[in-house]
Amino acid sequence: MSILVYAELKDGKGTKSAFEAVSYAKKASETVGGDVIAVTVGAINGDGGLGNYGASKVLNAAIDGADGGQMAKVVEAAMNQTGAGLLVASNDETGKVVAPRAAVRLNAGFVAGVTGVPDTSGGLTVSKGVFSGKATAKVQVDGDKKVIAIVPNSFGLHAGGSDAAVESISVDAGAAKITVKQFNPTSTDGSIPLPEADLVVSAGRGLKGPENWGMVEELARELGAATACSRPVSDIGWRPHHEHVGQTGIAIRPTLYIAIGISGAIQHLAGVNSSKVIVVVNKDPEAPFFKAADYGIVGDAFEVVPKLIEAVKGLKGN
Amino acid sequence: MKILVCISKAPDTTSRIAFTDGDTKFDENGVQFIVNPYDEWYALVRGLELKETLGGSVTTVTVGGADNDPVIRKALAIGADNAVRIDADPADSFDVASQIVSYAKDQGFDLVLTGKETINYNSGVTGALIAEMLDMPYVALATKLDVDGGTATITREVPGGTEVVEVATPVVLSAAKGMAEQRIPNMRGIMAARTKPLEVVAGVPSTGQTSIVSYALPPAKGDVKLVDAENVAELVRLLHEEAKVI
Repeated sequence: MSILVYAELKDGKGTKSAFEAVSYAKKASETVGGDVIAVTVGAINGDGGLGNYGASKVLNAAIDGADGGQMAKVVEAAMNQTGAGLLVASNDETGKVVAPRAAVRLNAGFVAGVTGVPDTSGGLTVSKGVFSGKATAKVQVDGDKKVIAIVPNSFGLHAGGSDAAVESISVDAGAAKITVKQFNPTSTDGSIPLPEADLVVSAGRGLKGPENWGMVEELARELGAATACSRPVSDIGWRPHHEHVGQTGIAIRPTLYIAIGISGAIQHLAGVNSSKVIVVVNKDPEAPFFKAADYGIVGDAFEVVPKLIEAVKGLKGN
Repeated sequence: MKILVCISKAPDTTSRIAFTDGDTKFDENGVQFIVNPYDEWYALVRGLELKETLGGSVTTVTVGGADNDPVIRKALAIGADNAVRIDADPADSFDVASQIVSYAKDQGFDLVLTGKETINYNSGVTGALIAEMLDMPYVALATKLDVDGGTATITREVPGGTEVVEVATPVVLSAAKGMAEQRIPNMRGIMAARTKPLEVVAGVPSTGQTSIVSYALPPAKGDVKLVDAENVAELVRLLHEEAKVI
């Protein structure tokens, strides 16, 4: 049985989350079996880059400005057309709408927030993050149809496939019920969106004021990293809400998280402790964050960070 | 305007997480339960603000046993008019949504608000499930909501930024940070909450097709490797050569 992937397109090309969902499905197909077929909505350029990550076929519904309800109808039609038993989607902003809506339409067993490839030894089980990063759960998925939505950055990208065949799929998805009036990009300077970032530089109250973020931004720029912050810093308005990582902000899973002047309260750790490598810079050697860190520097951020920038520049220059 | 706010019980954000019964059950011993922060701070408070300016009512709905009543009373103390508890032990998000829909389907709500996710299961999908079951539009991760006549204008988080969207009510949405500011219940609210209606209705048969087999805590971290503040270049070398992350 095939595995279907809902793959989000932006400017005709798959998003990073879409590539990750396809990579995940390709890996899952090794145990679950079957081909990986991607379903897309909107204008597509070639195969959208999806074949490279393991899709053997891409279905495309040419609906402009589709809302989540319409996308779910396309996914339902693609599931029925391909006879797929498993749908994989990213649990990103769009996947959080499309996957559950499709699950209802398919009356499927549905798990969102999945972080590991399926285990097929006894039925289908997946692991999922629970308690805001403080634990994981093994979840058994039953039902004739199954839908799983994977956490962005939990699996990574695995390229190396060839171009996929693109077929159009015609679906009566009705009219859009949601009208988009305006899009405001998070940044206009080309910096990296936080949820997708592999490298993240984050800072907290230890920086003493918003005027001191220049060095944080410079370090992020030198590394090619996104910037983030702790909750107090976003609450008092030093940094925008969308940069707040932690239990009540966003949870991220970068390969490198550098925390500067953040003490490491349990709520903050919950949002970042799935990072592969954590570096903590704090002048307080008793800061709880050091217990969760892989590398640490006990020192004043205003002295350490400029040196860090120079050292990174030195590395990149080589 | 008739507003429904979905309220879930969650362990306090500072709770130590542990499991019992062979790692199959969350250990509630010594855990303080609160209203799930996204449900309370953003969904409930924005619902109350809209009611205060536009008129109407705010009803909360919770799926679960009588152990949920204290957090339901808290929501009433903050200002909800009445509460409904659906007496069921839900299997998963799909089941929670089915239970809520079984109650909400013929009540004529104009707005159904949820928090963006619970802090114990973190799925963030109950609102979308409800919307599809009710055949309503759904807007996820809303940070701003205004309603004028039958039109809701909503700002939502999307990949790479935010969008302003318009949608005709009734609509379901999930509320994220920025939607409203936390309200602390006052003594009058707490007193009034004791006598506000909390209706208990029977659940419907479970629709969940998933089950939690076991829980696990993350593997313990090794000791932190400290680098001298005078030798910052060594940290960069370690990140490049040992951790291989830059």
